[in-house]
Amino acid sequence: MSIRATHEIHERRFGRNLGVGLALLAFVVIVFGLTVVKVTRGDFDAMMANEEQN
Amino acid sequence: MSDVSINSAIREDEAGFGDFFALLKPRVMTLVVFTAFVGLVAAPVPVHPVVGFCAVLFIALGGGASGALNMWWDEDIDRVMRRTRNRPIPSGKVAASDAMAIGLGLSVLSVTMLTLATNMMAGAMLAFTIFFYVVVYSMWLKRLTPQNIVIGGAAGAFPPVVGWLAATGSMAVEPWLMFAIIFMWTPPHFWALALFMRGDYDDAGVPMLTVTHGRRATRQHILIYTVLLAVLAVGAAFSAIGGPIYLAASLVVNLMFLRGAIRIWRRDEAAAEADNFAVERGFFRLSLLYLFVHFGAILVEALLWPYGLGGWG
Repeated sequence: MSIRATHEIHERRFGRNLGVGLALLAFVVIVFGLTVVKVTRGDFDAMMANEEQN
Repeated sequence: MSDVSINSAIREDEAGFGDFFALLKPRVMTLVVFTAFVGLVAAPVPVHPVVGFCAVLFIALGGGASGALNMWWDEDIDRVMRRTRNRPIPSGKVAASDAMAIGLGLSVLSVTMLTLATNMMAGAMLAFTIFFYVVVYSMWLKRLTPQNIVIGGAAGAFPPVVGWLAATGSMAVEPWLMFAIIFMWTPPHFWALALFMRGDYDDAGVPMLTVTHGRRATRQHILIYTVLLAVLAVGAAFSAIGGPIYLAASLVVNLMFLRGAIRIWRRDEAAAEADNFAVERGFFRLSLLYLFVHFGAILVEALLWPYGLGGWG
């Protein structure tokens, strides 16, 4: 009997790894998008100005 | 030579990604997402769509984190109850320690990210929500008092407040009205469930009202809370989050809900057994619609506001 290359468990593990990978990718995209919005709106400039005043 | 050592690490029931996702209680998360979104939109400060999306996402993640920590802590109860015995930990797919690690990790991540995306107040309120649900409700009071559902209701009622804070960064009366609606809605919703999920809470040793004070007292409590809820929910129509659309929707749904509560109160166990708790089941289903209609109406009023149509003008 030949050894099967993939087992159902391997598929499940692949699914799990893919899920984690996509979740991390989504997180990177979200943080990038958020940073772009904050920089464009000048949120950080306002924060720096506040700190300088204090 | 054998392959025993290789196969020893393989478990047939190894968890998939979906099992880990189930730790976050996705169905509860939909309620969190919806109510937090309404809190955010109803606030009188415009929010950038990306920031709003991130705020709702991280509030949902915080809700999911507290769900995972709740499953970790309540493993022994979940194992006994029919409704929960297929959850990832009691079914053996996810280790309790993994659930705890995921819960703690996501708690820190969600609070940090919400603070960075919006403001400190929103982050602090999300942290308090997680603390309240996990420590005050799950660890402390759930197994101690028959009013556990009332306290748990408070934990589930925070998301619109967090959403509001994410938009404004300051407190007002209106988010607490939304809080109060969910807070008062939770007990009749869960007590109706406890009436027709008989035995579950008995077996688990959770001091549910049906167990400690009996089913007659539970029926009375459902009616009392429903009357108080109706007064509160209809009264909210005359606040800044209400308006004519909200008032009309609230009146209709509250009349239906009150009718259901009265029917539950008037029934005895024999009548309920005879039709397999049809009235109680119907009341439970209606309670889901109840919350959706109220928050949906608040959302509609808020969305119409810029066009001069929302609220009382």
